[in-house]
Amino acid sequence: MLRRLFPHPVLSLFLIVTWFLLVNDWKLGSLVMAAILATLIPLFTAPYWPGAPRVRNLPALLAYVALVVWDVILANIQVARIVLFMPPDRIRSAFIRVPVDLATPEAIAVLAGTITMTPGTVTADMSADGRVLLIHSLHAPDPDAIRDDIKSRYETRLKRIFG
Amino acid sequence: MTDALDLLLAALLVIAGGFGLIGSYGLIRLREGMQRLHAPTKASTVGLGAALLVSMLHGLGTGTGFSWQELLVMIFIFVTAPISANYLSKLHLHLRRAELDLPETGTARDWATFDHQPEPAEPSLPRRDT
Repeated sequence: MLRRLFPHPVLSLFLIVTWFLLVNDWKLGSLVMAAILATLIPLFTAPYWPGAPRVRNLPALLAYVALVVWDVILANIQVARIVLFMPPDRIRSAFIRVPVDLATPEAIAVLAGTITMTPGTVTADMSADGRVLLIHSLHAPDPDAIRDDIKSRYETRLKRIFG
Repeated sequence: MTDALDLLLAALLVIAGGFGLIGSYGLIRLREGMQRLHAPTKASTVGLGAALLVSMLHGLGTGTGFSWQELLVMIFIFVTAPISANYLSKLHLHLRRAELDLPETGTARDWATFDHQPEPAEPSLPRRDT
């Protein structure tokens, strides 16, 4: 019964939080509106995400977000140093192939987005069968190290989150 | 208290402006298209993040209170920015594959940008009966 009313509890929760962020005011009326949206939107959009993966581990997801934010800040400083001080002919850019073991499209999308948002690496493409990501790195003296870093730092955590 | 807050806000604004400037400077300094793609991702993360943080904290000093809306801006930027970056790099691959030193996929199929094999017909969507 509860499952039928809230087919996607995490989405409902996310909608409530989003609505409160939008109104920017803690009133009871906002909660009523948030509850209405959190019920209706998941119900109406349910046909569009058959077989969507469930987030198995919400605390791990929050820890992952914190880790990515921290990495983004550190990597920004690194890349700023490269842009400002490194002579252009010494910048070694390279394409790197990163095999992914993640099974669901959603998890791969999160991994690809993470790689793009951490400065210094951009997800350029994916193999047509969805098993390898093509990554461009701004400065990669050792491409293998970057690949291993992505796999151990982000992919193992995503595996735990999406199961 | 407000002095300390003002100092913090000023410092954050300088950081935001600094990273925005470095991002734009990278656009003219880096040499190839793929390298240039890296520069705007800088400005949109730490630069924008710092500016939004200032906007959130500013209300504390003026009495209007902490503002939460900027969090949404940050979330939406983080979700959408990788998509435009991906489109730009796809365009780049299309235009200049011959010059780029692309590695092989190592699997049976090519990179998705160049793979013209038609996908199998859309599978019928499973129904969620639970």
